[in-house]
Amino acid sequence: MKPKFGVVVFPGSNCDHDAYFAVKKILGYQSEFLWHKEKDLKGSDVVILPGGFSYGDYLRTGAIARFSPIMESVYKFAGSGGVVIGICNGFQILLELGLLPGVMMKNESLKFVCKDVYLRVEHNNNIFTKSVHQKVLKIPIAHGDGNYFADKNTLKELEANKQVLFRYVSPEGNIANEFNPNGSLNNIAGIINKKKNVMGLMPHPERCCDPILGDTDGALLFKSVAENYLS
Amino acid sequence: MYKATVIVKRRPKILDPEGKAVEQGAKLLGFNNVKKTRIGKYIEFFVETNDKTVAEKEVREYSEKLLSNPIMEDFEFTLEEVK
Repeated sequence: MKPKFGVVVFPGSNCDHDAYFAVKKILGYQSEFLWHKEKDLKGSDVVILPGGFSYGDYLRTGAIARFSPIMESVYKFAGSGGVVIGICNGFQILLELGLLPGVMMKNESLKFVCKDVYLRVEHNNNIFTKSVHQKVLKIPIAHGDGNYFADKNTLKELEANKQVLFRYVSPEGNIANEFNPNGSLNNIAGIINKKKNVMGLMPHPERCCDPILGDTDGALLFKSVAENYLS
Repeated sequence: MYKATVIVKRRPKILDPEGKAVEQGAKLLGFNNVKKTRIGKYIEFFVETNDKTVAEKEVREYSEKLLSNPIMEDFEFTLEEVK
């Protein structure tokens, strides 16, 4: 059975249409927009919190969006095992909501970084990467606040529980500071929760799904979710 | 009614790239004695109650839940009675 994707739209979301287009028009799954003021997830099997600048990034990224009415439903949905994907600003919202641990700080360079990066897939112990057989993915980033931080104990726990899903690496898959675009601890680009049903990542898989645009590594993640979401 | 003033600061050990960048500007202007610039947030608002305990509780909760992120920030606040 094909899953239905729900794409949440906040004031200031700007990757909502990209995500919708990627899953619906390119990959052929059902997809629907979910307005942030509503509470109904409209029968979604997978909820995507898209990138953008919800509420203008005022106060802190994701700080206000996390209190939108729809997020109450998303929180409950995730609690009962529902699949949630937070991309870029969506990841920041998941951190503020507490569905994922840690916080995003301003990029160490202070610059907004927009470029392709290489990600090493660290684990395949979850639905998001179970069917991803490539070790290194090429996916673009576009953010000013992607510098992942968590206290020592949280970081240790994340690593021990195999929750660090993606790291910034060289094209060959080697970790080094020069491939870390934002100063993230341990080159972290994406993580999952303990129950492995919530994923947050700074890179934008929805921007590299269409063969006409060149790279299609992003599609691997959505396909993996679609193939494994029932398991 | 009370007027609340909240100051949110990054924790001392948390890197403050904005502070660092601003301090570079200070150096360019010749303020060579300026050290350890840190940037935070200043937030002010009114709390409509005459009970100081209620006002304090509300400001504290507002600061904890929304105005600051306890993972990387600390906050402090003052209350001033306004007639």
